[in-house]
Amino acid sequence: MSERVAVRKTYKLFVGGKFPRSESGRSYLVQDSNVSLASRKDARDAVVAARAAVKGWAGATAYNRGQILYRVAEMLEGRREQFVALGVPGDEVDAATDRWVWYAGWSDKLPQVYGGANPVAGPYFNLSAPEPTGVVAVVAPEAPALLGLVSVIAPAIVTGNTVVVAASPTAPLAAVTLAEVLATSDLPGGVVNILTGRLSETVPTLAAHMDVNAIDLTGVTDAELAADMEVKAAENLKRVLRPVSAGHDWSADPGLGRMTALLETKTVWHPKGV
Amino acid sequence: MFEYAPAPESRSVVDIKASSGLFINGEFVDPADGGSFKSINPASEEVLAEVAEGGAQDVDRAVRAARKAYEKVWGPMPGRDRAKYLFRIARIIQERSRELAVLESLDNGKPIRESRDVDLPLVAAHFFYYAGWADKLPYAGFGANPRPLGVAAQVIPWNFPLLMLAWKIAPALAAGNTVVLKPAETTPLTASLFAEICQQADLPAGVVNIVTGAGETGRALVEHADVDKVAFTGSTDVGRAIARAVAGSRKKLTLELGGKAANIVFDDAPVDQAVEGIVNGIFFNQGHVCCAGSRLLIQESVAEQVLESLKRRMAQLRLGDPLDKNTDIGAINSAAQLSRIRELTTAGAAEGAQQWSPPCELPERGFWFAPTIFTGVTQAHRIAREEIFGPVLSVLTFRTPAEAVEKANNTPYGLSAGIWTEKGSRILWMADRLRAGVVWANTFNKFDPTSPFGGYKESGYGREGGRHGLEAYLNV
Amino acid sequence: MTATATSARSDLSELGRSETALRTFLHGLPGVDQVGAEQRAAQLGTRSIKTTAKAEAIDLAIRMVDLTTLEGADTPGKVRALAAKALRPDPADPSCPHVGAVCVYPSMVPYVAEVLRGSDVHLASVATSFPSGQAPLEIKLADTRAAVEAGADEIDMVINRGAFLAGRYTEVYDEIVATKEACGGADAGRQGRPRAHLKVILETGELATYDNVRRASWLAMLAGADFIKTSTGKVPVAATLPVTLVMLEAVRDFRAATGRQVGVKPAGGIKTTKDAIKYLVMVNETVGPDWLHPDWFRFGASSLLNDLLMQRTKLTTGVYAGPDYFTLD
Repeated sequence: MSERVAVRKTYKLFVGGKFPRSESGRSYLVQDSNVSLASRKDARDAVVAARAAVKGWAGATAYNRGQILYRVAEMLEGRREQFVALGVPGDEVDAATDRWVWYAGWSDKLPQVYGGANPVAGPYFNLSAPEPTGVVAVVAPEAPALLGLVSVIAPAIVTGNTVVVAASPTAPLAAVTLAEVLATSDLPGGVVNILTGRLSETVPTLAAHMDVNAIDLTGVTDAELAADMEVKAAENLKRVLRPVSAGHDWSADPGLGRMTALLETKTVWHPKGV
Repeated sequence: MFEYAPAPESRSVVDIKASSGLFINGEFVDPADGGSFKSINPASEEVLAEVAEGGAQDVDRAVRAARKAYEKVWGPMPGRDRAKYLFRIARIIQERSRELAVLESLDNGKPIRESRDVDLPLVAAHFFYYAGWADKLPYAGFGANPRPLGVAAQVIPWNFPLLMLAWKIAPALAAGNTVVLKPAETTPLTASLFAEICQQADLPAGVVNIVTGAGETGRALVEHADVDKVAFTGSTDVGRAIARAVAGSRKKLTLELGGKAANIVFDDAPVDQAVEGIVNGIFFNQGHVCCAGSRLLIQESVAEQVLESLKRRMAQLRLGDPLDKNTDIGAINSAAQLSRIRELTTAGAAEGAQQWSPPCELPERGFWFAPTIFTGVTQAHRIAREEIFGPVLSVLTFRTPAEAVEKANNTPYGLSAGIWTEKGSRILWMADRLRAGVVWANTFNKFDPTSPFGGYKESGYGREGGRHGLEAYLNV
Repeated sequence: MTATATSARSDLSELGRSETALRTFLHGLPGVDQVGAEQRAAQLGTRSIKTTAKAEAIDLAIRMVDLTTLEGADTPGKVRALAAKALRPDPADPSCPHVGAVCVYPSMVPYVAEVLRGSDVHLASVATSFPSGQAPLEIKLADTRAAVEAGADEIDMVINRGAFLAGRYTEVYDEIVATKEACGGADAGRQGRPRAHLKVILETGELATYDNVRRASWLAMLAGADFIKTSTGKVPVAATLPVTLVMLEAVRDFRAATGRQVGVKPAGGIKTTKDAIKYLVMVNETVGPDWLHPDWFRFGASSLLNDLLMQRTKLTTGVYAGPDYFTLD
């Protein structure tokens, strides 16, 4: 009896909830698979998709976003073996799943913890509340392939931002597989967009893009490139998260910093009178 | 007719020194290269003082002094003691408020009514508020043991010289940092007087250093390798340059930049208060306010009536001597700013908008600009897009709430916005959608030390004021 | 937004005929934000009026005083003395102007009339069952006619606050119309020319909100008030700067809509020159010089006059006077 011929997977980009190939028609080889090599144009398309998704995602109720993020964790749990097959340690998949759950719960709590009433010296109602900054470009850390990726995506989107992620060039398979998890989790298209390929092609485009509100340079290991990206980001005063130091402990409690760095605080005043 | 006789505040309450030095390590010192510039009274062009111009060497001395004070004194000092110094400063400011207010009006050109009733009370309140945080930082929500950053480089603008100083210095010191502050070159005098107050409070040497000078001094400070934090309030262009300058460094950056706020008036607004809010929104401090309501969006169905009321109200504005207690609109801060305002208003007229000012006699000497509105403005006009930073209001109309939001947000800026309507649910609907850091509903240009202030988009990042304001000065 | 600018005069005259029309109109007036109105009033209060401006303001304020006594203990002797003071507030200084009017209860009108006869000082009488207004309409109208017959040329009536707060606007409206008619005296309704001006007291301290003050102001003006007045002086909250501001805005908008100018009279609690000048500044910057005249602005006050006289003396002599140097009547 002949052995069954396997059906192979095509690893593509994830943009606007769809899985297109790079418009450039290019790919590169990782772990014997052809992976899309995203172009500058793909990066721009991804920003358009991310921008289009902002209104609905930021406007969704916090409860709804929390439910969807929790659903992502459920889907991730179900695909555990798939990630393991790609070489992601089982512990890491578990940690990544737990991190989704952790962040999912923040959706309707962060505004309470991070905002609140201000006791101004006058007859005014005065309330500060965090809001998403908008479209965030994220450079995922090279490793750990899944936990690192989840640890930068979840805090950005839980509060209502949408993201364009430049996946780790050396570990794109986990990123595309995560995209498949996201695509089956009721996450609206465009909230997360994932580009695979060379950082040198996509990241400068994202850093300079005037319709991107913030950039997370976590995965940029080249200090010169990071500084250069920060200079580009200054053009429209993007909020910048600088790279993490080598040896960063991704399993540690992440704190609120990754969420709050991508938030705006809006303060509303109104007189109190009869 | 009821003509108000002149009611000038006495300037004898303040003793302006003919020259002022740099304040470094607790002492007034001469700059290394001996440079100086003149600070003038913009209402008369009279020279008020010769002010030391700090160079790179002076900045370096100041940063070293701040570093030493951070490591030896201020950093290790218990929060409760830092608090007491800040409380002292707050009290001295209250006690010397008249002197400070007069000096502020002389150097800046703002009406004494505003420096007396707005700037100075807020300055004291800001120090008082942050003083109380100094020994409560573990409760601020930034972890059990939040740490200061170190030496903060702070560059402030000329529109609210002392208030911006307070916004910068009070939270920095409360959090345990030491500072080197550069005031604006046209308004350095109250900062120098503040330095004297630090001496009077026996604040340890080096905790606050004040280096006067212009853009080059600021650049040297921001680019100094040994500062841990940069805080800047000013124009978006300079903010951008600073963001580039600190790229790739460890320096934490907060920026409070320009704005082009929409002040939105609906047909069901409390109209008399809305008119006051429009006037306060654009003519407060001669419109030298980053969060000024410089774009008036009126619902088309009531545009004529509102404009009529606005014009009637504008005719009551009293322009003139900033030290006269009845002055509403003082002098434009500098010749350079006046020419910028003139350039943009000329462009507004050239692009076809209709310019109107009430009858208003301008003094012969000094820098003055009559309160002005432009009607027939569209989003495409330069005066609807660029920050004028003067007493000039661009008036646009809208038909629906959605259109108002769209127009309000159609700008690279996002500092503030105003909404005028008696309908509560519409206020909240609008407030959710306006991309601005401060939304004033049925009020405008209100400030409080407990209330976070800062922008979206190109209006900068970080917040000043409130619990949020501490974050800029803590390692979180 | 302002019904004022869009409605024609003829439209407004019909409003009192229908409860629905009147309610719709009054509730369609722009709202008043309490905090904003109070801040504007406070801001105007910071104006610094000195030297020549102060001297002018004091003389104007004296001419605007409705010198008032409304006590159960008022007697002919008391009100005669008050009337004499109204004519010559400062016997030592003939350049001192006389006050605007003397304001008393109806029963005191004849005694005051004797003193004021032939002078330019007006004689105001409260009426319509002052201060509560809680009497049958016929009695209130009789009260008014009696005061006019006795020589009052100004009637200070009170509105029915109960009816107003209950939303019975036409009832309030009709009472004002009837009182205005009664201001023609016993001949009311036949000659059609009122002999007395009608001041309508809104008793703003009982209206609770500035929105109500604005509505009551319009209601009174629509019904024919010549003046709108804040208070009786008999409830804890009398005239305040923000209430007067809202009323000034109302007369300003009413004139813009109808062409008819209505006066404003804050009453009660205005005791010092400093207070009075704040009101004059507010008049000046809200409605302008057209109202800076005793025909259009009055102070209902008793102790205010002596403070004005003291400050006036200080300005002319440079020396602060004491209360012993001014008559207590």
